[in-house]
Amino acid sequence: MTEAIVMDGVHKRYGEKRALDGLDLAVRSGTVHGVLGPNGAGKTTAVRIMSTLLRHDAGRVTVAGLDVRERAAEVRRRIGLLGQHAALDEKLGGRQNLEMFGRLYHLGARRAGSRADELLERFGLADAGRKAVERYSGGMRRRLDLAASLITDPDVLFLDEPTTGLDPRGRTEVWEAVRSLVGGGATVLLTTQYLEEADQLADRISLIDGGRAVAEGTPDELKSRVGGDRIDVVLRDASRLAEAGALLGGDDVTLDPDRRLIGAPAPDRMAALTRTVRALEEAGIEAEDVAVRRPTLDEVFLFLTGRPDGERRTGAGGTARTGRTAENGPAEVAA
Amino acid sequence: MSATATTASGGTPPAPGPHRAPAAPEPGGAASRLGWAAADSWTMTRRELARWARQPVAVVVNLAFPVMLLLMFTYLVGGGRGVDGDPTAYLVPGMLALTMAFGLESTMLAVTQDLGKGVIDRFRSMPMAPGAVLVGRSAADMLQSVAALAVMTGVGYAVGWRWHHGPTAALGAMGLLLLLRFAMLWVGIHLALVAGRPEMVSAVQILVWPVGFLSNVFAAPGSMPAWLGAVVEWNPMSATATAVRDLFGNPGATSGSWAAEHAGLLAVLWPTAIIAVFFPLAVRRFTRIGR
Ligand SMILES: Nc1ncnc2c1ncn2[C@@H]1O[C@H](COP(=O)(O)OP(=O)(O)OP(=O)(O)O)[C@@H](O)[C@H]1O
Ligand SMILES: [Mg+2]
Repeated sequence: MTEAIVMDGVHKRYGEKRALDGLDLAVRSGTVHGVLGPNGAGKTTAVRIMSTLLRHDAGRVTVAGLDVRERAAEVRRRIGLLGQHAALDEKLGGRQNLEMFGRLYHLGARRAGSRADELLERFGLADAGRKAVERYSGGMRRRLDLAASLITDPDVLFLDEPTTGLDPRGRTEVWEAVRSLVGGGATVLLTTQYLEEADQLADRISLIDGGRAVAEGTPDELKSRVGGDRIDVVLRDASRLAEAGALLGGDDVTLDPDRRLIGAPAPDRMAALTRTVRALEEAGIEAEDVAVRRPTLDEVFLFLTGRPDGERRTGAGGTARTGRTAENGPAEVAA
Repeated sequence: MSATATTASGGTPPAPGPHRAPAAPEPGGAASRLGWAAADSWTMTRRELARWARQPVAVVVNLAFPVMLLLMFTYLVGGGRGVDGDPTAYLVPGMLALTMAFGLESTMLAVTQDLGKGVIDRFRSMPMAPGAVLVGRSAADMLQSVAALAVMTGVGYAVGWRWHHGPTAALGAMGLLLLLRFAMLWVGIHLALVAGRPEMVSAVQILVWPVGFLSNVFAAPGSMPAWLGAVVEWNPMSATATAVRDLFGNPGATSGSWAAEHAGLLAVLWPTAIIAVFFPLAVRRFTRIGR
């Protein structure tokens, strides 16, 4: 058996709403698979079906070779789940939570306790073990939740947006944990709205939208289909936008007068940055900000579906993503 | 438990090294399944106890509320209408029955809050016995009710209420009260599972009051219009209250009707029937979450 997870033409409706509309997915054992999609794409629905929390209406789903509908109890012994929202008892302490879950995995009282201590240690929560979870920070809570999903070192681990809401350090910690797990032979399925995250962790990515897979491949395959990295330039003077756009050349230039922003392809990253800064300088056009970044999910979507995604088109989302890519180390120069 | 547990793939026990994760054992057969169901239920009961230990104020408030009601109705509102003699002798058993019946609210609230929390998702994604969550809930609520009965009995004693037929009859009365509580518990769990939204809890919290007053807890049915008195006498809470008054040797308000004459029987039959209906409904409903 090489496929740890298979979803075959899976449908799920909530009333009239089609959350999954023939979703196909195959994940090889021992790999990390990223499921990338905007709000409402059906990521959580898919994860809940695979982890036996929700029943699908049609199609076939197997996890670790077991049909999730017929053999849910066996599936549950082999999976770990980090849901989109914390699945912890807020009133109890961190250690109490882990110990309780260990008992429910039938490890026995003593082993459940020692396992709780190991995991608290591993996730840097040893000092907070007695504190009630409701007094944890978002990052601590996420780490405890992750620890809870690793009590038995599952064969298949589901992570639903594991780093949403975490600061860069919290995100890196979760990424490290995922990497070390896969070293141990587990299969990981993680959903995310961030291309960057899928890029960092996943061997393969499924892009889903409207409850079905619209693209599948390695991160490099997908990105090269989108056309690689982009450069963003913010001008001091919006009136020179068109002029600067022409300078940066190519037909793939986007102009946003409201934000005085020009976007252009930058397949060669640093070279494109140097070229851009020099061209603007020579033309006497002042730039406030220049940054090379990964294609955003908007752009991946625009490219692969031929339409912008409704919920992420707004300026707020765009700003947030630019901020994030900057943290992850693309070259950025303030002029 | 470890004696019946066989390990996953291959039968080799997990190495006890510090960073080797244990495998979740597979069930060995019906006996170990049953053992696990019991263990899981106990784990879930411990969870509730641990939550109490973390919120002592809430526990005290929960115990103080019925005591406050008892004192309020005894001294301020002046319950016991249509009864001869000391009103506390009539009111205390009634308030005990009322407290048990109103337990429905607290159970429903607890289950609703629990279902809204992600932790239920984790339970459901783990290989634990289905229903252990509910058993844990009911065990904890019953313990809480025993504590509530003890406190209220103590306060009742302090305000002059007494039982007259000895400790065995008094224990029997407590048993009937807890039976009513147990029945209401499953109604509460079922309601929470069916309409598990906080708004619905408020609706139920409002509705239990008229149901509470449509009983003989505060006033004798004889003091009411005939049709109302009949409704009141058939209220399960009235049956328990009347039966408990008889067992304590407290003055009842016997109207001589069939329901009043057979209150002891009804105090067993009503809750039993309610449990027979709502227990399976609630368990079924819980295992079908997500379908
Ligand atoms: N319980 C529910 N009842 C009705 N509709 C639902 C329910 N859960 C999800 N949906 C709808 O199903 C679709 C898919 O939702 P899902 O939560 O799977 O998306 P998602 O990809 O996880 O989104 P997000 O990124 O916001 O977490 C959405 O349109 C959502 O509104
Ligand atoms: Mg989601």
